[in-house]
Amino acid sequence: MNHDIWVYIFLMGLVTVLIRILPLTLIRGEIKHPFIRSFLHYVPYVTLAVMTVPGIFYATRSVASGVAAFLAASVLAFFGGSLFKVAAAACAVVFITEAILL
Amino acid sequence: MELLNNRSKVFFAGMRDGVPIALGYLVVSFTLGIIAREAGLSSFQGAVASFINLASAGEYAGFLTIKADAPYLEIIIITIVANIRYLLMSCVLSQRFSPKTSLWHRLGVGFGITDEIFGITIGRRGAINPYYNYGAMAVAVPAWSIGTAIGIDMGNILPEYAVSALGVALYGMFLAVIVPPARDNKILEKVIIVSFVASLSASVLPWIGDMSAGSRTIVLTLAISVAAAYLCPVKEKVK
Repeated sequence: MNHDIWVYIFLMGLVTVLIRILPLTLIRGEIKHPFIRSFLHYVPYVTLAVMTVPGIFYATRSVASGVAAFLAASVLAFFGGSLFKVAAAACAVVFITEAILL
Repeated sequence: MELLNNRSKVFFAGMRDGVPIALGYLVVSFTLGIIAREAGLSSFQGAVASFINLASAGEYAGFLTIKADAPYLEIIIITIVANIRYLLMSCVLSQRFSPKTSLWHRLGVGFGITDEIFGITIGRRGAINPYYNYGAMAVAVPAWSIGTAIGIDMGNILPEYAVSALGVALYGMFLAVIVPPARDNKILEKVIIVSFVASLSASVLPWIGDMSAGSRTIVLTLAISVAAAYLCPVKEKVK
């Protein structure tokens, strides 16, 4: 081992923290440019959607239970379920689906 | 006193919403710990790395780099690539702060931007209240850090069916954040459906399908958001 693990950890941490805090501390005012505003408006929804699908389908032991969790969570969220309820329901659906299928 | 009460109320609301995040983090960081151990990290080193980084994809890539005993420059580049989405999220949150927010609150909230905490933050209406984020961080950050250490020390103790079921908790939360606004806004609904379909297709296509999930997230987020901003500019104030 030629490299020190603590140096690796320090570098990782430094880079990650800077990435997180620089925009928040440097951008003080309201961004006026309509395109950039629209872009920033869409980014969070697109990121979360992209991370959810197909990730959720492969997060469990079978694609079927992942798909079932996706559908159940979407429906519950549509009817206004809280974060905790939707998350818990998704887990329960996986548990039940796999108890039946596997 | 009124203000203090409100702060603690918001803090506890953040803690409550942080609980499902923390549960998911325990599981994910536990599996991350198994990789960290292979890279040669002690449980203390793993806990420190996770406390500072708070990034599943970034840490995963970082631990593999450590395991490969790669040059220091490589871990810098890989960390930037794996975590660049936090730069976007930080830009987004900068627009949700009251302009008067102090530097300390900006640093505090910025430090705790993870996919999940960002998700619940944008799920709230109005300007960001830093105490909400602190509440969520108070449960989620220790869970992430301790989970990594436990993973390094103990390997696989959870039964498989539990890991499997808990694995969807985070995704369930993402859906709880994006579905209600999509239900109330036709354009957003279309953008989200396009994102689902594009992401699913991209994961099986050649080239883009070979990219890491983290890089794919960046490419798709940029492409779809630019297209949406170009085709359907938002007129009203960004909420």
